[in-house]
Amino acid sequence: MSFVAAIGRTVLGFLAAIGRVSLFAWATLTHILRPPFYPREFGLALLNIGWLSLPVVGLTAIFTGGALALQIYAGGARFNAEAVVPQIVAIGMVRELGPVLVGLMIAARVTSSIAAEIATMKVTEQIDALVTLSTHPMKYLTAPRVLAATLVVPLLVGVGDIIGIFGGYAVATGTLGFNAAAYIQNTVDFLQLRDITSSLAKGAVFGCLAALMGCYFGMNSGRGAQGVGRATKGSVEAAAVLILAANFVLTGVFFSL
Amino acid sequence: MITLDNVHKSFGDNHVLRGVDLHVARGTSMVIIGGSGTGKSITIKTVLGLVTPDQGTITVDGQDVTKTGDRDAFLARFGMLFQGAALFDSLPVWQNVAFRLLRGSLAKPRDEARHIAIEKLRRVGLTPDVADRLPAELSGGMQKRVGLARAIAAEPEIIFFDEPTTGLDPIMAGVINDLIREIVTEMGATTMTITHDMTSVRSIADTVAMLHGGKIRWTGPVSDMDSAGDPYVDQFIHGRATGPIEAVR
Repeated sequence: MSFVAAIGRTVLGFLAAIGRVSLFAWATLTHILRPPFYPREFGLALLNIGWLSLPVVGLTAIFTGGALALQIYAGGARFNAEAVVPQIVAIGMVRELGPVLVGLMIAARVTSSIAAEIATMKVTEQIDALVTLSTHPMKYLTAPRVLAATLVVPLLVGVGDIIGIFGGYAVATGTLGFNAAAYIQNTVDFLQLRDITSSLAKGAVFGCLAALMGCYFGMNSGRGAQGVGRATKGSVEAAAVLILAANFVLTGVFFSL
Repeated sequence: MITLDNVHKSFGDNHVLRGVDLHVARGTSMVIIGGSGTGKSITIKTVLGLVTPDQGTITVDGQDVTKTGDRDAFLARFGMLFQGAALFDSLPVWQNVAFRLLRGSLAKPRDEARHIAIEKLRRVGLTPDVADRLPAELSGGMQKRVGLARAIAAEPEIIFFDEPTTGLDPIMAGVINDLIREIVTEMGATTMTITHDMTSVRSIADTVAMLHGGKIRWTGPVSDMDSAGDPYVDQFIHGRATGPIEAVR
């Protein structure tokens, strides 16, 4: 019986967590839509999440695009299909690797930093101080970060897609003997509008999830250094799993229908 | 002005407040004393609405604090100095002090808010060159003073001080006690202070309340504290290890 009870407790705990996160997401949405707004906080979040993530996103994308070109060339050579490198790099980067890798990089870089910052603010009573200064913590801390991530991560994904394709192009034209003009032409011809819109839409969902998890775990952090550590770890785990799960669902929605 | 009537609060099995009754008259300085973990901070947080009581009522000027329509306007009447100052580390000192003046219903033009912040910093004995520094660049005593300047920046009617001298050397503690007393007298504010520091109690208090076992054990004017005749109060104010309050809790 204790085994069954343990399963029951785990399921109930899981459902309760989904409920808490859903309520948190709903509260965030209502705070995004209702004044007062904090443009300075929003601007700082745009800068931190967007601009300052560009180097890591760019480096991740360029190396992934390059490795993808090498893999596709080597794999394609097994059945005389080396010429498909531009098309597969383009579709692989834009549909899957661009959004997923940028999403995971944002989870590593942004979710962790949001969770640690807000958790530390909670532990040091800065969240209580905000309330006593007539400022709602959800409105001041959560709403600007979630809105900024939802808007700016698609741009990062777009940049990541382009840099990834460029990585493939550099490897293909530099070492694999592809013609530069033909490579670009093949890439442009092969990509459809739906590939690009799905990539950017995934970016918006992943950005929203990443910031939301950072804020949720930060706001619900336990006490002390251990509480901050747990909040940070939990936020990155949750964001990464949710991003991968959402990617699966969105890929199904965009390309199976 | 502030009245707590039979206030209860539990966290799981931990019954922190078990029927707190307390009245703080307008313009007076009430100091709450009591051992660690007796619920002093929770008492203050229930008045501010940071913690919702399980039972009982809390009124400010007869208005139930859990039923305030305009929360912003209600909180605008309060200032609070937190134990660790709770300064926002991403903002320079002057923006911490002027936080309430830069946003919300009390918002003022940026230049005016900065001017007021520098005035308040001067009032707590800090020079204007501190204004553009970050809180992490200041000593503990300076951070407490900035916290004090922030608490008084919007000239609130009611100010709470949570362990204002904890972690400070005796001289800095004396400076903070004097500042609190002076500022409260100048502003005519109603204040509630939590402290373990008996020097603070004697410097700041008009009335004293001792919290023990989740209830107010004794309350009265500070001048009556030494002759309260209550063994709990007597043990606490003299810092004796033996007595009715268990030393190991």
